[in-house]
Amino acid sequence: MMHRSFARRLPLAALCAPLAAHAAESGAVSADHQLLTFSVFACVILVTMYVTYRAAHRVHSASDFYTAGGGISGFQNGWAIAGDYLSAASFLGIAGLISLYGYDGFMYSVGFLVAYVTVLLLIAEPCRNIGRYTLADILAFRHAPRVSRVVGALSVLTVSTFYLTAQMVGGGLLVKTLIGIDYGVSVTVVGILMLGYVTFGGMVATTWVQIIKAILLVVASILIVILVWLPYGFSLPAFLADVVADARIQARVAGLLGDSAHGMSPAELGQRFLEPGLYLKVPVDQISLGMGLVFGTAGLPHILMRFFTVPNATEARRSVVWAMAIIGGFYVITLFLGFGAAHLVGPAAIAGVDAGGNMAAPLLAQYIGGGPDALFGNLLLAFVAAVAFATIVAVVAGLVLAAASAMAHDLWIGVVRDGRPTSSAEQVRAARLATILIGTLSIGIGIAAKGQNVAALVALAFAVAASANFPCILLTLYWRRCSTAGIVAGMLVGTLSAVGLVLVSPNLTYPAQVREGAHKVLDAEVSRRATIAAARATGETAAVAVAASDEAALDKAVKKAREDVAKVEGQTTSFMGLEKPWFPFKNPGVVSIPLGFLAVLIGSLLWRDPRAEERFAEMQVRQLTGLLHSPPQKE
Amino acid sequence: MPQTPSIDWARVSADPRFLALAARRTRFLWRLMGFSVAYYFLLPVGAAYAQHVFRIRLYGPINVGLLFALSQFVVAWFVAFLYTRAASRDFDRLAREIVDGCVAGSGG
Repeated sequence: MMHRSFARRLPLAALCAPLAAHAAESGAVSADHQLLTFSVFACVILVTMYVTYRAAHRVHSASDFYTAGGGISGFQNGWAIAGDYLSAASFLGIAGLISLYGYDGFMYSVGFLVAYVTVLLLIAEPCRNIGRYTLADILAFRHAPRVSRVVGALSVLTVSTFYLTAQMVGGGLLVKTLIGIDYGVSVTVVGILMLGYVTFGGMVATTWVQIIKAILLVVASILIVILVWLPYGFSLPAFLADVVADARIQARVAGLLGDSAHGMSPAELGQRFLEPGLYLKVPVDQISLGMGLVFGTAGLPHILMRFFTVPNATEARRSVVWAMAIIGGFYVITLFLGFGAAHLVGPAAIAGVDAGGNMAAPLLAQYIGGGPDALFGNLLLAFVAAVAFATIVAVVAGLVLAAASAMAHDLWIGVVRDGRPTSSAEQVRAARLATILIGTLSIGIGIAAKGQNVAALVALAFAVAASANFPCILLTLYWRRCSTAGIVAGMLVGTLSAVGLVLVSPNLTYPAQVREGAHKVLDAEVSRRATIAAARATGETAAVAVAASDEAALDKAVKKAREDVAKVEGQTTSFMGLEKPWFPFKNPGVVSIPLGFLAVLIGSLLWRDPRAEERFAEMQVRQLTGLLHSPPQKE
Repeated sequence: MPQTPSIDWARVSADPRFLALAARRTRFLWRLMGFSVAYYFLLPVGAAYAQHVFRIRLYGPINVGLLFALSQFVVAWFVAFLYTRAASRDFDRLAREIVDGCVAGSGG
């Protein structure tokens, strides 16, 4: 076993250095294979366009546009939820985190799946039975309709904007890194495609784009995992034994641990990769992250909206169960994608192309297909790149549709028109206009936010969803005393505390800390160059290969450190005027979620709402039986 | 049935069958929810405060932490299975009875 892994590492390390250097200039896909990549992309785009063309004939009413007329089956919706949820951040990001930090990356996977237990038990079925198109429908059922539509829509728009910006910026960077086309061009292309799907095909097209993307993603990951795992006879212990015995992974762990790595044997360092604490170092922050994931998913508007597309509560339940099977299966697979990439490509090479590790899965695909010179390797890379591209388009489409429904259905029809649209045509027109407005805006924001640190925005979207939307929906559904004042207070306090805490958290850029970090890298440069030279001098093939990839990584780190120093030149405080973070955690959930709940409680107890209490009986009956809307199916 | 049937919501919500459904469903759901949340948070809490336990090696390089993380998937799927079974066996049937009773009761 040791023998095999050793033999495999040799050609690889030699390949990695030029690959990393090359990718920095153009894309991960070499120029010779651009045509191949674009052909795979064209196939995916053509199929989705055909689906949209077919769907466009079926969009006649607001119900068709927002919810595909409620005609999606539980099985189809399960795939669509998976397609909606597995964003580029979770698909590429988590494989990357595992490849760079081992066990801690995998802890993210767990939270992303467990989130669906909350959705299944508390949210999916009641939402199907109470709401029509939007989150605010649920709030407006009991509470003062105009007020609850305004706060509900504002919260949906806030969450969607954060999430959209993160997806657009992340997506633009991703396409640029993968195939080397300009950032602005890729953001615009993603935006225009998405606009086409949503404007013409509404929810029908969005659903099918999400289903196609989920199937592509699952096929790609299973294919990669089979190729990675096959040499080990599908034995987990044998695979992990090779991972912990990998010299580059051991070196990575030693680098992460710094001084505390002294006295640890290589075997201990390798094993440390399978233990917690390499990435998530602040215990309360981990718990806070877990709270944000587990309660935030149930408040994400684009996920909630998917439950309005099925005919009844039974199908809503089925769709979550299917989604849990697909999403859970995928996240188990991330273990192999991440550890496989760490072992075969090497953490240094992965971090060299993208510091966040987003290129782990694409690079792994290329490697197991035979490397950057093999046709199969590039075909696999092109396939993964196309999946990543489809992912961004599918997630962005879901988000834009959710935001457009809040704007057109809640704010325009519900508030301005006071719930009385002049015609069905007006509703569809309003929905399409809102889509174009939000889609265009998201392209603009994506281009304007180029180069910004958007990692905080995903955390922020989940935090607002968990601290504002989740308490309001949950207490509206299950607490008789919950009042209009309560949900207004909950939305305001939840959103403001989540946003406020993130603004003073370590997520922002603090010039003093950036300078300190950069100087540390620059100060260590001389001694690291000496180590690399010493490794070269030994003349051993393996050591020389490792030295080459180390050198490439070091060059990259030094270049970045210099850029960082230049970027914060003359600055002393963060955007908020702070020298160092005031709130110690990256994830605000641990404080903002209880605050959100508390605000709903206090608001409801202080200002009672007789109508809301009276409507509770009707809501409870409808929620449990589906009466008047969608009674449970007869088997 | 284009006309909207008028339903006396207060009466249905006071119906013993409805109260029984609501009570059973609520009890079952919150118990499952409590268990799932508790089991999940053992992971970040354990990873932070019980690293020595997570490090114990069981089989080759596989340690308690890895196995515990994988068990989270199995537990989440099992919770989904338990709920779906209870819902399709009990809750859906009870809900249908109430719906049928309403339609009959309103003279439908």
